[in-house]
Amino acid sequence: MLTVATGNKAVATAVKHAKPAVVAAYPITPQTEIVEQIANFVESGEMEADYIPVESEHSSMAACIGASATGVRSFTATSSHGLVYMCEMLHWAAGARLPIVMANANRALGPGWNIWAEHSDSLSMRDTGWLQVYVGSVQEAYDATLMAFRIAEHEDVMLPVMINLDGFTLTHIMQPLETVDPGDFIPPCTIAHAIDTANPGGYGTLTPPTEHFKFRWDIERAMRDSVEVIRETEDEFARRFGRRYAPVEKYRFDDADVVVVAMGTLGKEAEVAADILRDEGIRAGSARVRWFRPFPAIDFGEKEVVVIDRDYSFGYGGILARELTAAYGITPYSVIAGLGGQEVTYDDIAGFVRERRPGGEFWFGVSD
Amino acid sequence: MPEIPKEEYILRCTSACAGCSSSLVLRYIFKAAGPDSVLVVPACCTSVIQGIYPNTAMNIPVYNVAFASAAAVASGMSSAYRAMGRKTNVICYAGDGGTVDIGIQALSGALERGTDFLYICYDNEAYSNTGMQRSGGTPLGAKTTTTPGGKKDNKKDLDRIVAAHNLPYMATACSAYPIDLYKKVKKALSIRGPKFIHILAPCPPGWRYPSEETIEMGKLAVKTGMWVLYEREYGTFSLTGASRAAMKKRLPVRDYLVRQGRFKGIDEETIDLLQQTVDGNMERYAREVEGIC
Ligand SMILES: Cc1ncc(C[n+]2csc(CCOP(=O)(O)OP(=O)(O)O)c2C)c(N)n1
Ligand code: SF4
Repeated sequence: MLTVATGNKAVATAVKHAKPAVVAAYPITPQTEIVEQIANFVESGEMEADYIPVESEHSSMAACIGASATGVRSFTATSSHGLVYMCEMLHWAAGARLPIVMANANRALGPGWNIWAEHSDSLSMRDTGWLQVYVGSVQEAYDATLMAFRIAEHEDVMLPVMINLDGFTLTHIMQPLETVDPGDFIPPCTIAHAIDTANPGGYGTLTPPTEHFKFRWDIERAMRDSVEVIRETEDEFARRFGRRYAPVEKYRFDDADVVVVAMGTLGKEAEVAADILRDEGIRAGSARVRWFRPFPAIDFGEKEVVVIDRDYSFGYGGILARELTAAYGITPYSVIAGLGGQEVTYDDIAGFVRERRPGGEFWFGVSD
Repeated sequence: MPEIPKEEYILRCTSACAGCSSSLVLRYIFKAAGPDSVLVVPACCTSVIQGIYPNTAMNIPVYNVAFASAAAVASGMSSAYRAMGRKTNVICYAGDGGTVDIGIQALSGALERGTDFLYICYDNEAYSNTGMQRSGGTPLGAKTTTTPGGKKDNKKDLDRIVAAHNLPYMATACSAYPIDLYKKVKKALSIRGPKFIHILAPCPPGWRYPSEETIEMGKLAVKTGMWVLYEREYGTFSLTGASRAAMKKRLPVRDYLVRQGRFKGIDEETIDLLQQTVDGNMERYAREVEGIC
């Protein structure tokens, strides 16, 4: 069905279509619309889930953990302070191998209070064992949310998935949305290690070093296996519903001399910037990183790379830029831009490419 | 006297200290709850008592969770079971620290939402797992590793906080009176909605008394009125067991204090304060029994 929706509405609609048994949620701007929508769906009978209006984000993730532990599908959504307040439980969800799906509306952290887009919230959770996908449009928010359930619950993965969408620039923007009938695209949720009272056992028991080590390795193995599961899921999605995604969305990439790498809505802006630069005779392209965990494989060849980070690891550098350097040995021009929702247009991005200094770091609007 | 099932759900290989009354409490809870139950346990001594992976001393599924999250995990679990049409008992078993301090937000939320579960706080009046630091449940005057001079503040009145949520059933119990405890767990589990039981569970290393005196210590707590056994069923209050006698005639609190190393060196003024608190509480309960609030 073709309609017009905000990013938040798209996520809520996908969740409805995925039919979770339990949704536990706590409001926070700019995510609130997701949990309000779901509450409305449940209230009106459009959705059969049990909606638990918890008293905090620590508890929303805890409630999802409890529900998931019994073997049913569960969902929550949050943002910024809510996400970091859950941090302990994020580790718990991944460590307990529970396929919880969560949407995170990317937003800066205080002080001062800032409710606008920034990726520092989710990137600071990158080592919790959650898969992370960053989306660039309303349609993609819907599609990625649907796929997230199938990926998380795949027997080779059994890890939670976080769908990240930029606060306001995507959560509140209206764009066309085509919804689907997922049918058996999302199979019924089965969790082999769900609690079974007929076969009692200890879950999360005190675990000695050797066993703990094995469990951590199992998580890493699942992360590696998830690469194939993501590919298979995105292929199957394309076959069934006609929209194709990849871990990295490349645009005019192959013959480019210089590429812009970014995540979320800035990754989309970079495509327009590439067109502008091509008109000027600069062979530019872009690569929008969608899946940040597992970290994607990108072959840059001899291309120059400009990375835009809407985040920062203090005392170290832009997180995406640093990870790309570590993974591929490239020397990108690292641009820090868009923190706290700072406006960054495609013209600005074209400017970053024109003035690039490989190996340099540039704070847009702060330094030169 | 009720028929207490012979089945044992807590096996003879726990890592509890000798004389741990909390393990005794668990034994009776399991017997009352039966096998279609899940125990949700936040960080506390109970996380250790179960034994070390891949072994477990519990013959019931035990879900270990983060310190602050037990009641919220139980909310999700209970929702999921009800959605599946199952009656599985969801029982939180948390220490005083995990209840009156860090876990109180999740507990309050779950009670307010009417979560169908039983929350049991076993109260050993300290953070025992981390080596006997004070908790909000530590009584005035008790020495802990973080109150080496004796606690300067009163024990937090958890029960009145819980009662303010107007839940269908709440009770107190003590490990020294297992039949009373068993009956309360049974009754709680027969009621739908949120239930709460607060159980005094003396702890030999924490309270510093010889482990063979663990039952006597619990009895002394009740006989001095330092601990009161009661039930609040749909708001109706009634004293139970030995507390009915303690209402009429009590031992002085001093008899209880002198038996424990944690109160060693306590001054007369603090003993008086504790005695006054006990007397005041008893008067309050007496008025409630008579229907005067
Ligand atoms: C967030 C967090 N802070 C601190 C701890 C460390 N910790 C584990 S158990 C515990 C004390 C538990 O005390 P209580 O709830 O009274 O149970 P008991 O150990 O007495 O059985 C503490 C402080 C933790 N696990 N998590
Ligand atoms: S420290 Fe106390 S509560 Fe903990 S196991 Fe030992 S006796 Fe039991």
